[in-house]
Amino acid sequence: MKPLALRLRDVHAGYSGDPVVQGVDVDVPEGGWLAIVGPNGAGKSTLLKAVAGVLPGGGEILIHGQSSLSRKEKARQLGYAPQDPVLPEGLTVTDYVLLGRTPHLGTLAREGARDLSIVDDVLSRLDLEALAGRTLRTLSGGERQRAVLARVLAQRTTLLLLDEPTTGLDIGHAQALLELIDRLRREDGTTVVSTLHDLTFAAQYAEQLLLLDGGRVAASGTPSEVLTSARVEQHYAADVEVLTSTRGHLAVVPVRPGS
Amino acid sequence: MLLGLVVLVVVAVLSVLVGAGDLGWQRVLKEIVAQVTGGRSPLSGREAAIIWQLRVPRVVLAGLVGAALASSGATFQGVFRNPLADPYLLGAAAGAGMAATMVVVLLPATTGWVIGPLPLAAFAGALGGVGLSWALGRSSGGTGTATLLLAGVAVASFLTAVQTFVQQLNTDTIKQVYTWMLGGLNISGWREVWIALPYVAAAAVVLCLCARLLDVLTLGDAEATSLGLRPGRIRLLLLAAASLATAAAVAVSGLIGFVGIVVPHVVRMLFGASYRVVIPLSLIGGASFLIVADLVARTALPGELPLGVVTAFAGAPFFVLVLRSVKGRAL
Repeated sequence: MKPLALRLRDVHAGYSGDPVVQGVDVDVPEGGWLAIVGPNGAGKSTLLKAVAGVLPGGGEILIHGQSSLSRKEKARQLGYAPQDPVLPEGLTVTDYVLLGRTPHLGTLAREGARDLSIVDDVLSRLDLEALAGRTLRTLSGGERQRAVLARVLAQRTTLLLLDEPTTGLDIGHAQALLELIDRLRREDGTTVVSTLHDLTFAAQYAEQLLLLDGGRVAASGTPSEVLTSARVEQHYAADVEVLTSTRGHLAVVPVRPGS
Repeated sequence: MLLGLVVLVVVAVLSVLVGAGDLGWQRVLKEIVAQVTGGRSPLSGREAAIIWQLRVPRVVLAGLVGAALASSGATFQGVFRNPLADPYLLGAAAGAGMAATMVVVLLPATTGWVIGPLPLAAFAGALGGVGLSWALGRSSGGTGTATLLLAGVAVASFLTAVQTFVQQLNTDTIKQVYTWMLGGLNISGWREVWIALPYVAAAAVVLCLCARLLDVLTLGDAEATSLGLRPGRIRLLLLAAASLATAAAVAVSGLIGFVGIVVPHVVRMLFGASYRVVIPLSLIGGASFLIVADLVARTALPGELPLGVVTAFAGAPFFVLVLRSVKGRAL
């Protein structure tokens, strides 16, 4: 069995003492992809923020077996992209991606040649080289999402926390971005934990799903274990069919109630 | 950057050449060259005093004040992620204005102070206003910038109200207070330079060193935290440095508006939005801009124009010109 990249035990989190999420247990092996799914307000983003350390939380959070990492040590192991990241519109793509090197620099230090070469490498892998000198304002939705991913990848962490990385993207751009994340995961052995609201994408890309409802774990396991039509109907209050495509992929399809 | 410094030096030298007293710019240039190279001075003792005791310190002070206001303005815009933020936002202007009014009203004729009571009060008032806003923002439980901003608005209106009230009770001093508030460098000498220099220099060093961190702050607190930083501490350091520089500027020059907003934006439009460029170029650009503005203030008309009027009068059209030429590309 592979060593664990992330282990959560009885994790709870919330805003000013009011727990939004509680009692979460989950193990993610190194190189795995865990998708956190659940209806709106289930606490998906809150859980991710607590793991990222940007929201106070409790319980046991072990990153590669370690629990008491300083903020900076944590930032070298774990990269986090929020659901709606603030993009400083006037910055160039290169300057923006360079900010990802922050945890590897002294507090007042400047980037060195190594940092610049890492950023060049990330830009070329995400096919952003041609946009390097452009300001963020001029990018399309898909390009912006790739720029955010590049900023996180420049952190060179072994664990990526991505909150709804496909927000606002059409089906083609969303698929391309998820393929890209999956390729990086396989090439680098990176572990991915993401929230995804699209259950079909979650089923096809993630190796494990964690279904949250009302701040508690409703189900946990492989996509085919978690995604049954009865369960989706129960937790999402939606009429769906869970289908297997001709090529053997799971798909969650909404159907008109009563039809 | 280097070009900017060259521009600054050229602007400074040019503005020393011109001024009241009609010394002839060629002779002044010769005097400067003589002083630098150790040659013989072409001027009389009195004329040399006009240059070295009046014009040069005034130009130096204009540079210091401009650098302080522009770099502080840039910092405030970054910390609050608001393009309209200026260094007076957290009550620095209102605090200084109130304290200065109190001094004018309560200590009508003062002599024999090493540092005049007015600059001292303005300095303390500016820092007091910002400190009060910070304390109020903290006690309201907010850690973000929105609470701090609102606290600043509340403190500023309160202090302005106090100032207006005191002023209305003492209408005979209105002109004196008003003159001070419009800003000017007409009483500046080397003493004022030495008052302002340490604060402005220290703030400039801190802001330049922290410019990269300011870039990270513009990503928002969540991302700054996930990158291993403590955004609250960085904000405190940056605002403290910027406010110290602003207070020093206000103490020696009164309230000069516009520089803190216009200069950083012109820099952004021309050279990009990264604070690693914006902060140092705002220091240089602010210094150059205010030296020119002060030159206009003291030479355009027989009397002195209030510097604050000149910065707005000259700055606004210039700003529009730059805005049009780049079509708002970098805003």
